[in-house]
Order: sequence, then structure tokens, then C-alpha cells
Amino acid sequence: MNMFEQARSADSVSGPPSKGDYFFDRAFQWLAKAFAWAILAVVAALLLEVGSKAIPAIKDYHIGFLTSTTWDANKDQFGILPEIWGTLYSSFLALIIAGFFGVMMAIFLTQDFLPPRLAAIFRIIVELLAAIPSVVYGLWGIFVVIPAIRPLANWLNETFGMIPFFSTSLSGPGMLPAALVLAIMVLPTIAAVSQDALRLVPYRIKEAAYGLGATRWEAILRVMLPTASTGIFGALVLGFGRALGETMALAMLVGNSNQISLSLFSPANTLAALLALNFPEAGETEVKVLMYAALVLMLITLAVNVAGTAIMTMTNKQAGGGR
Amino acid sequence: MSAVLANALNPMGSPAAGVVIDCRLDKIFYGDFLAVRDSHVPIQKGQITGFIGPSGCGKSTVLRSLNRMNDLVRGFRFDGHVHFHGQDVYGANVDPVVVRRYIGMVFQQPNPFAMSIYDNVAFGLKLNRFKGDMDERVEKALRKAAIWDEVKDKLKNSGLSLSGGQQQRLCIARAIATEPSVVLMDEPCSALDPIATRKIEELMLELKTKYTIALVTHNMQQATRVADKTAFFSVDISKGGRTGYLVELGDTRQIFEDPREELTKQYISGEFS
Repeated sequence: MNMFEQARSADSVSGPPSKGDYFFDRAFQWLAKAFAWAILAVVAALLLEVGSKAIPAIKDYHIGFLTSTTWDANKDQFGILPEIWGTLYSSFLALIIAGFFGVMMAIFLTQDFLPPRLAAIFRIIVELLAAIPSVVYGLWGIFVVIPAIRPLANWLNETFGMIPFFSTSLSGPGMLPAALVLAIMVLPTIAAVSQDALRLVPYRIKEAAYGLGATRWEAILRVMLPTASTGIFGALVLGFGRALGETMALAMLVGNSNQISLSLFSPANTLAALLALNFPEAGETEVKVLMYAALVLMLITLAVNVAGTAIMTMTNKQAGGGR
Repeated sequence: MSAVLANALNPMGSPAAGVVIDCRLDKIFYGDFLAVRDSHVPIQKGQITGFIGPSGCGKSTVLRSLNRMNDLVRGFRFDGHVHFHGQDVYGANVDPVVVRRYIGMVFQQPNPFAMSIYDNVAFGLKLNRFKGDMDERVEKALRKAAIWDEVKDKLKNSGLSLSGGQQQRLCIARAIATEPSVVLMDEPCSALDPIATRKIEELMLELKTKYTIALVTHNMQQATRVADKTAFFSVDISKGGRTGYLVELGDTRQIFEDPREELTKQYISGEFS
């Protein structure tokens, strides 16, 4: 079988892999492929299940479901425009806050501001934020965040009430406390992925910046951040995706009120909160409608991720492949 | 031994006329590790000073001490001094950032920024808040770096889209755009093919009419081709560590044709590398 048998000297141990070696090699390949396809299958099954259950509601409510603002189960009137607005608005606010702090944190932890050991400790603490259960964040929001920001919120409302963002008072749950807590929840994702992006910038690029006489700030702002921008953008997309789907803390904090308002202090609602709170008592029709809403949420998240990936691929190509 | 030689070239330590950087590094440490000892290398104005020696001999470390690039390395400290035009580079109130604006550097790996060719060259000019004709300075630098003809029609393209040799010439253009008085080159051709290397060497000879150059090279032939003065470094492993030191410094011709030290003779004849 071995064509090279004659190449073998008396002491040589060279030989082909055994049948067992080949078996494990094949088996491993097959297993890896199977798992990869399984992931696709799970996603497809989810979409199919939710989609098929939503079909009756799609037939009854058409596209008007997305633009109507009433949700009244007794009259069989359903619309999710306020929830779509609330989902996007809360996630966007959280993204601005968490994006700023997350990127700053990543800079602080990767650009030699701290001794390596201390930086590692900080990193673990930030990552621990991701380990806190959502419901705990919700409780913390109710008992700590809302009382803490209420005086400032109401002062802003009284003084700058003509600005749309401050046009209502904060009576309890509302957009701002929800967005603040949401920001803390997505912060670890953004900070961790941004750190990876900054750490992937080759040392020689950093040397080049300092070698030209850049100050630390100039090197970070003009060289490190632009070089890592694709990865940091990816961090923001991931964070936004997480924020869109976050459920429990928002259901506790956002106020669950069907209104569309720019005001940061007004109660609002999100798709995920709507689903979580309405499923338990939903009648037959409402379940189908909620499936429609779930499908919309999934499609929004999917669209954000696809758009984010597309933008990253495009900018990567423009940068000449990145290497 | 080496200290004696350096002193012979530069008696009494008084910077001889034409010495731009008076470098007297008695000891360089990284943490507790003694990386370099007894390396006194005066850098002469308008000349190319070549640093040669086996790997680990500290030639890059010495070079990087001249513009305080070693400040980026945790645990770096040294005994001795580096004077640039008579001023102490490591003086208490000297900002390393300022030093690096007067002593430019070209690195071993081409390291253009992920921005356009134009912006790469303009980077240093912008740092120094240059207010004049930016286009003119960028063109001048690219011309001097002998790459203008290859990039003049694609200045908006990414610097990373160029070939390795072109990238290195772009980095040279970037380093000389602000007209620093000294350019340090740390094995600038080690990642390049022979044709690109030749171009860069021609460029160095061209540049020395205007700039002072210190060149680290792992290639002895390169030193003979371009360097006016050559400093030969070696590694001392006698005390268990690996400490680099200056063995001999002199005119390139003398180092290669009539070395004073036995070690230099062995090295240039290829007995070790």
C-alpha cells in the first residue's frame, strides 16, 4: 500500500498515518461540519416557527400593524409603532452612552495607562458586569437609578421644558432610566470588543506614531483609533444588537406605555418588553399578533447585523485589505 | 576597551566639531537585565553612521535610545548621557515627544498608517501645525524619497496598497517631510527584496547631503556600501547574561580593511554572525 516503502531505511520510523488516524481525522471534520450546519438549522427553524405562527396575524393586520399605535386586545386592535420606536430609541440612547464609555475604557485599558496587572484586574471587573442577571439590573434601576436621576430630570423639565428631550417630567419608569441601565448592560460587550480591536493594531503602527513625535493623545486619536475603527464599529454593532433584544430590565424600567415621544423622561415601551409582559395573559388572537411582533424584532436585529457587517467589509476593502 | 577607542576618536568627551549626537551609553537596563554596556557612539553631522553586529548585540537598543523610543518599553533605564546639539536628550524638563520631532525614525518593518498616501506624509506636518503649502511639502518629501513618480497619480489611495519597498520609501518620506536634522534607520531594508534595498540605499546616500543618518543593519555589505563610519557591536555572554557592547568604531574603510580588534576581524571575515 505504501508507495514509498523503498524510501525507508532500516532505522527510519517514517510511515503513513494508520487507519485509525484517518478515521479520527474524517470524524473530526464531519463533526465540525455538522455543528456548523446545526447552527444554521436552529436559526432557520426559529425563523420558520415564529414566521409560520405569525402568518395569520400578518394576513389580518398586514403592514398596517407596523404603523398603527393602538394595542387593545379587547377590540382586537393591534399596532406596534410605539414599540418599534421605543426599541430603536432606547437602544440608540444606550449605544451613545455605552459607546462613549466603552471606547474610552478600551483606550484606558490597552494604551499603557495602567501597569499590566492592574489593567487585567480592571478588565475582569468590566467583564463581570456582563455576568449580572438582567432582573438584578431591573431592580437596581427601580430602586437606585430612578430615585437618583429624578431630581435632575425634573429640574431639566422645569427649566428646559421647551426642548423636546425634556418635555415631560419623570414620574417613575421611563426612557432615560431604561437607556442608562441598558447602557451599563451592553458596556462590557462594547468595551471588550473595542479592546480586542485596539490590541490588534500592530505595535509597529504605534511605534510609527510615537516615532514621528506624536503625543500620547495624538497617537491614540489620530492613529490607534482610526486603525482600529473597523473593529470598534463592529463592537458598536454588537452592542446595538444586544440592546435591541434586551428584555427583562427594560420591561421593568421602560414604563410599558404605548406612546411615541422624544422626551427622555416619558414612559415608553419596547418590542421585547411587550412580548415578555403580554404573552402570559394573551388570548388566541393576541398570541398570533405577538408572534408577528417577535418576527419584526428578529428582522430588525438581523437587519442591523447584516448592515453592520456590510459596512465593515466595505471599509475594510477601502483600507486596502487592512494588512 | 571600546570606551578607550571612542575616546580616542573623540578626545576628552568634548563633542568634536560636527558631532550632532553625542551618545555615551555606559549601561542600558530593561528591568534588571543589562542589555548594553560601554557604547559611546558619536554621530557625525552629514554622515551615515552604520551600526553592525550579530543579533542581540544591542545595536537597535542603542539606536532607539537616541530619540527616546525606548521610553515606550517598560523598565528601560540607563547610565550615561545622550546629547543632541549639546542639549541633554534625557534632561529633566525634556519631553520625549519634542526629541522625536527633531530626530526622525524609519523602522525595520514598513509601517505606513491605514490612511491615504498623502495623509501619511502630511501626518508629521500636521502634528507640527505646519501652516504653509502642504501639497508642496508632501510632494517634496515624496520626491526626495524617490517614490513620487510611482504614487503621484494615486495620492488618495491607502498607503497599505503599496508594495513593501514602496511602503518603506513612503515611511522615509513621512519621516523626512518635517525636515528633522537626524534620521535613525533601524534595519530599513531587512523586509525588502534586493531591488527595493538598492533603491533605499541610493536614497540614503542622496539624503545624507541634507540629513545626518544613523543606520542599523544586519548586512555588512550594506554598511560598506553606504556608511561613512561604522560601529561594530558584539554580545558578551561571559557573565551569564547577554550584554551587547561596542567593540570598535571607525571609518568604514578602516573597520573592514584594517580592524584593530580581533573580534571585528573575525566578524567581518564571516567567522560568526
